[in-house]
Amino acid sequence: MNVMIPDHDHLVKIVRGATNGVFSTMLAIDLEQGDAYINTASPPAGDGILSFVGLAGSWVGTGSVSCTADCACKIASQFLMTEYTSVNEDVLDAIAEITNMVIGNVKTLLEEDLGPMGLSIPTVIFGRNFASRTVRTFEWTVVPFLFDGERIIIQICLAPQKSAIKPKPHVNVHEPAVN
Amino acid sequence: MDVLIVDDSAAIRKILQRVLRQAEVPIDEVFEAGDGVEALATLKAKSTVGLILSDINMPNMDGIQFLTQVRAIPEWASVPIVMITTEGSQNKVMEAVQLGASGYVRKPFTADQIKEKLTGLM
Repeated sequence: MNVMIPDHDHLVKIVRGATNGVFSTMLAIDLEQGDAYINTASPPAGDGILSFVGLAGSWVGTGSVSCTADCACKIASQFLMTEYTSVNEDVLDAIAEITNMVIGNVKTLLEEDLGPMGLSIPTVIFGRNFASRTVRTFEWTVVPFLFDGERIIIQICLAPQKSAIKPKPHVNVHEPAVN
Repeated sequence: MDVLIVDDSAAIRKILQRVLRQAEVPIDEVFEAGDGVEALATLKAKSTVGLILSDINMPNMDGIQFLTQVRAIPEWASVPIVMITTEGSQNKVMEAVQLGASGYVRKPFTADQIKEKLTGLM
């Protein structure tokens, strides 16, 4: 199989397409697009909601959706057509399902180049001053969006499984925009 | 007719219930299950289920395993099962169809897509 290694720009295009598709179809929301960039540093501790799913196959990685608690409540309210003013089980479940749909659709598009991949069940973290780390050193492709003045961050990291092909270094590095 | 919705996401179960009501499908009762194991137990207890909407990626027993088990039992062999899932790979679609899925809808979905799929089955 002739495997095409996904570069940053290709990943960004896929993530934007999948995210816009989910938000416009299921929530009737047109998201504002932010400037995507590559992050190689561990993210600083933050507040809010972080939801992620694992990807497995000849390539492995993680995809995540993160936002503030207020933003998560707005998303869940639109998704479930019920007003939520604080984070509860419904809000966490809504964000988990949106993560599943966004990253699941990214996975489907990636499979055209990378072959079959599996998707884990989503995990959601909600809290204050928490930090996340990936065990191996990965480059994260970070794709921000704006919804009602709040940032929604979609991130994805991918690396070949051991014994699979080695990735070429990314060449198109974009600096983060100040939003 | 009773409907069984199988999805590990309570959010999706709630949305599908709303879509079914909007679709004006003649439904008596809607049952919910969070995975294939719960769904099989519900089917055994509620023999009136005439339509199943099922996710694929679920803990304990996924949608493909659930579909396989349902189709292996003669009294449920003809109950329409529509897979509603994020899994979009052609392999998974083919596998579900070969195992006896009556239809396949990819998430994200519109209410019209669900209605159209159900109209063809009712």
